[in-house]
Amino acid sequence: MRKVGVFVCHCGTNIAAMVDVAKVVEESRDLPEVVFATDYQFTCSAPGQDQIKDAIREHNLDGVVVAACSPRMHEPTFRNAVAGAGLNPYLVEMANIREHDSWVATDRDEATRKAVDLVRMKVKKVAKLEPLEEIRLPVTKKALVIGGGVAGIQAALDIANTGIDVLLVEKEPSIGGHMAQYDKTFPTLDCASCILTPRMVEAAQHPRITLHTYSEVAEVSGFVGDFEVKIRMRARSIDLEKCTGCGDCLEKCPVKVPSEFDAGLADRGAVYRPFPQAVPNVPVIDREHCTYFLKDGKCGICQKICPTDAIDYSGDDEIITEKVGAIVVATGFHFFDAAKYTEYGYGAYPDVISWLQYERLTNASGPTGGKLKRLSDGKEPETIVFIHCVGSRDPSKGFPYCSRICCMATAKHAVIARSKLPNAQIFSFYIDIRAAGKGYEEFVRRAIENEDVQFIKGRPARVLSKNGKLIVRSENAFTGRPMEVDADLVVLTNGAQAQDDAPELALILGIGYDQYGFYTELHPKLRPVETNRAGIFLAGMCQGPKDIPESVSQASAAAAKALQILSKGELAREPQVAEVNAMRCTGCMDCREVCFYTAIEEDEFMRRKVAKVNPGVCQGCGACVAHCPDGALEMKIFNDEQIHAEITGLFAVPSAGAAGGGGAARE
Amino acid sequence: MSSDYDPTIVGLLCNWCTYAGADLAGTTRIKHPQNMRAIRIPCSGRVSPHFLFTSFFQGADGVFIGGCHPADCHYTNGNYYARRRFALMKSLLDFVGVEPERMALEWVSASEGDRFAEVVTKFTEGVKGLRRPSALKRDGLES
Repeated sequence: MRKVGVFVCHCGTNIAAMVDVAKVVEESRDLPEVVFATDYQFTCSAPGQDQIKDAIREHNLDGVVVAACSPRMHEPTFRNAVAGAGLNPYLVEMANIREHDSWVATDRDEATRKAVDLVRMKVKKVAKLEPLEEIRLPVTKKALVIGGGVAGIQAALDIANTGIDVLLVEKEPSIGGHMAQYDKTFPTLDCASCILTPRMVEAAQHPRITLHTYSEVAEVSGFVGDFEVKIRMRARSIDLEKCTGCGDCLEKCPVKVPSEFDAGLADRGAVYRPFPQAVPNVPVIDREHCTYFLKDGKCGICQKICPTDAIDYSGDDEIITEKVGAIVVATGFHFFDAAKYTEYGYGAYPDVISWLQYERLTNASGPTGGKLKRLSDGKEPETIVFIHCVGSRDPSKGFPYCSRICCMATAKHAVIARSKLPNAQIFSFYIDIRAAGKGYEEFVRRAIENEDVQFIKGRPARVLSKNGKLIVRSENAFTGRPMEVDADLVVLTNGAQAQDDAPELALILGIGYDQYGFYTELHPKLRPVETNRAGIFLAGMCQGPKDIPESVSQASAAAAKALQILSKGELAREPQVAEVNAMRCTGCMDCREVCFYTAIEEDEFMRRKVAKVNPGVCQGCGACVAHCPDGALEMKIFNDEQIHAEITGLFAVPSAGAAGGGGAARE
Repeated sequence: MSSDYDPTIVGLLCNWCTYAGADLAGTTRIKHPQNMRAIRIPCSGRVSPHFLFTSFFQGADGVFIGGCHPADCHYTNGNYYARRRFALMKSLLDFVGVEPERMALEWVSASEGDRFAEVVTKFTEGVKGLRRPSALKRDGLES
């Protein structure tokens, strides 16, 4: 019989306050398998782990049950601990008496009874565990970074600078992301392009980085260390090699489409590059608007004038397949649609504009050359009103969360307005000012005290148009009265939201996302860049609202995590895989039907066909095990016998007075 | 049996969603009935019909299976297998006298601690409402 040790953790008072730990220890000693049982304040601490190691040596334990928190929290900790005492790490199990018991129970007796049951179930399971070895697999030393904004660029550069190849996939025609659209950055008022474009160029010219713009990830299979990725490269219609970026085609294209990059403030052609500093500096043909594609080959002007014969209307989308070892997801965000707040008149009044439009309007490379003027009549505004939290902190029309960057962005916008229009009246309506960050509070104070921006606590109710003015009606929480401002320009600071196609990509990647579409990190405190799928990491806004320095930091963190995998020649993974008992297998191959990973192959055993599991491909879901009509498939972890032992263990309450084994060894 | 019927429920919770959801219910301290004893399994698609039969023959008053929401399965489609198998197991067990209230297959994601507490409460109340152990236990089949 296996000799099991039981270690019951108090977790300070987290467990001990609701569970009678001494009684759990006492009752577990009645189990015949248990030769040692004890409790400790914090079993996960160094002395707690030593207690386990000492007991293994002293009592020759060949099985360990730790009754503590969730195995999702500390299973690796205790596997390492028992391995430290020479015991196979797969001979330990955790009874979850904290998350599943002490934290959710209201009655101490009931919670104690439950803990006793959970420990007994695990003791019975441990009795059926087998020593196992890790599976070792080779690693493909290449990374995929999805999204070429500031976060994706940072992650790609960090990985590539260690000498590892990176594929950087961006769905737009150029890398750069939202940051390329901004005028300046808070709180230093650094010119956004001046600090970003060198990075873009560095990424494009890096010998270890392969750039795929105008491309999307279509499919991801495989697993950590050995993903197979299909990338759809949309037909650019312009040869990347032949094009010199002269821009002649851009001038002559007869089509006019509102420019996404300029937030609709200017037009672009059907053949276009988002902005002059685009990387790569090669235009694309937008086939949805191009006359050649819409009217059956009519037009063709760009082809006629192209001096290097780079235009090719015939190409189709192309799918390429690549192998990578790790993936960083940095797909960013998009701005909340300000038109959803009909009371502010965005879309109805030309002088009510969005955050991004304001950025383009003040940007020296924008459609007005940086001149801050009204879109309706081209006049300089004398009174400007900024409205915070459009779409943020508003469950009724927008999102309940704080978009985190808008307070600072609005302060920046107001300071920029002051620098351009020294005599203007500037108002900023806010709910609360959230300026937590290095130099952030000081920057807001500067806007208020030095730049004469009137910050008013109040949420505007309406914006009306009257005699060429925009009347902003709001509460004023300082005076407790309503107020009105006659404005010439109203800027809505619309918040950030997850990309519309974020759930779609999450399904392709097999990663989790929250109710808003932001990707979910593995642990909110301790594993902020990992996802539920090993080898896939998160960076930037796709995980939740954050500013540029946070996005860049997270990108470097994600790169470091990816490098932990990519820097190794091979990877060890848990032997949680299925296995075929060839003696029992009848070769019906039904198991292959339910295996999503195509891990099941045909094999021959005693001159007949049998199934065989490729352990390198198997992910250990157990679908085939439950499916096999002959009971020929079994798992190495979570096998039938072990699960049955847990179930029967629940009901195998030792009768009163029945003594367990190893009495002498008990403490 | 009287209303102090205190059922024992076997929980078979997938590691990625429902087990994590149960953890979250704990982390956020959402109290709920404590009749269930959860067993961690890799995926709801791992649930073999045997697990239900063993549970009921051993004396379980209910079996609760938890998996990822449709289209959210960590293993892509394990929960769909679970759903099909569960439909069959439920009708078979119903046929031998185990009431449908004693079995549930629920989708709870890792971020739904509140939903976990809610569905477990609902299920536990349903089993309690039957006021007596299942036919497989009553008939003395437990060994």
